Amino acid sequence: MTQASGSGMFIRVEVDEPVASDAAAAKQLAGVCPVDIFEASESGVTIVDKNLDECILCGLCLAVGPAGAVRVAKLYDAGALLVAAV
Amino acid sequence: MRFYEFEAKALLGQAGVPVAKGGTATTSDEAARIAASVGGEVVLKSQVLSGGRMKAGGVKFAATPDEARAAAEHILKLEIGGQMPRCVLIDSKQPVKKEYYAGVIYDAVAKLPVAIFSDMGGIDIEEVAEKNPEHVARVHFSTFQPLQEFKFKELVASLGISGNELNQISRIIARLAKAFLTYGLTLAEINPLAQLEDGSFIALDSHCDMEEEAREQQSAVLDELGIGREETRLARPPTEFEIRGAEVDASDHRGVAGRVVEFDGNLGCVIGAGGGSLTIFDALRKHGGKPANYCEIGGNPSVKKTCELTKLILSKPGVEKICVIMNVVSNTRVDIVARGVIKGVIESGYDPAEKIAIFRIPGSWEEEGYKILEKFGVDYADRTVPMSEAARRAVEKVKA
Ligand code: SF4
Repeated sequence: MTQASGSGMFIRVEVDEPVASDAAAAKQLAGVCPVDIFEASESGVTIVDKNLDECILCGLCLAVGPAGAVRVAKLYDAGALLVAAV
Repeated sequence: MRFYEFEAKALLGQAGVPVAKGGTATTSDEAARIAASVGGEVVLKSQVLSGGRMKAGGVKFAATPDEARAAAEHILKLEIGGQMPRCVLIDSKQPVKKEYYAGVIYDAVAKLPVAIFSDMGGIDIEEVAEKNPEHVARVHFSTFQPLQEFKFKELVASLGISGNELNQISRIIARLAKAFLTYGLTLAEINPLAQLEDGSFIALDSHCDMEEEAREQQSAVLDELGIGREETRLARPPTEFEIRGAEVDASDHRGVAGRVVEFDGNLGCVIGAGGGSLTIFDALRKHGGKPANYCEIGGNPSVKKTCELTKLILSKPGVEKICVIMNVVSNTRVDIVARGVIKGVIESGYDPAEKIAIFRIPGSWEEEGYKILEKFGVDYADRTVPMSEAARRAVEKVKA
């Protein structure tokens, strides 16, 4: 179930439960994202809408939590999901 | 950044170039005092950054302190090229036998400084180079290796000068070159470099320009000369548009998206990368385009920064379309610029397909960028289309 999400003009980011409300995972997400799309608090993660379009498609957030729990979609490419680098 | 003559004189004097005895004054009484302390006949020169002082009456000779007072009174009230003088320079008048030219500039093609010498001084060096090229000699020198005075000797000797004159002139050019390197200058020029009746040489008039980026490094020198950080020394004060451009650029540390210069045209420009701005600007004009602005983007600016720059350009009255053209980029991402520009156009209330005449940025992440442009129906070109051709297409669309 998606708990935290946000859409910009080009990028949509979604974070599923239980990752979204996990304080440690939230901290990790806020730590890895180079353009501050995630904000961490005790209750979990919040998406910072104003920074969404700054996403550089680095894929670092995709490695937080179980596979597929964090998704980055390219709205300009029919919603294609960013694939984690192996 | 251009220096006044009295500042250039101080810089070159510090570097060991012989200069005339004198001083500067901001009142006529002060000028008379300086003339008295210099003794004998003096020359008074208006200190403005524009040329044409002689013609405008900004240079006068005085035989006595009273004459110097009267001359300073006149000069200090005289506007030249839209500028009031900063002060008046009072120098002792020299008994000149012959005039030469010595200068150092940066040769952007050779990527080296070049020393220029002519035995026809006191007139515009470009004019000499055009009409009497055999009277102009040049030599490049390294910015890394220690200065080699023999190079300047060869330079001077190539115009048939020998003996004591050769030694004196080449030493002065070596000092000029040292000042050029030491102070981060883009121009160091003595015109005329005068040979006096006693055979000695002296710089009678000098011009220096400092690289804008060297200001921080040279802050101690600038402080010594009394040049404040707020003194931009630009040809004109920045316009509101340019001030807002600088604010956009300063709003985020990532990349460059600003440095705008305002023009009157109808084609907004989002241009840059590795000297691309100048090339593209020239290409637009060559094809009959009327740019509304010059700007520089590069170094991977954030989406927000590019968006704000685009909005600023589109807010300018008379801008019909924008062109987005850059060199092949490696450290700027095509997709990030595409997002910023499209967002700026949409937030300004326009359709990107209509408003963007052409988007030609090849390079890093171009496939992703082209997907974005296709989605919004923007006409784009890849690296097979030269910048000049992209400029031509943009101009054609605005004309249509
Ligand atoms: S892909 Fe990179 S930039 Fe985008 S949201 Fe994830 S961590 Fe941030």
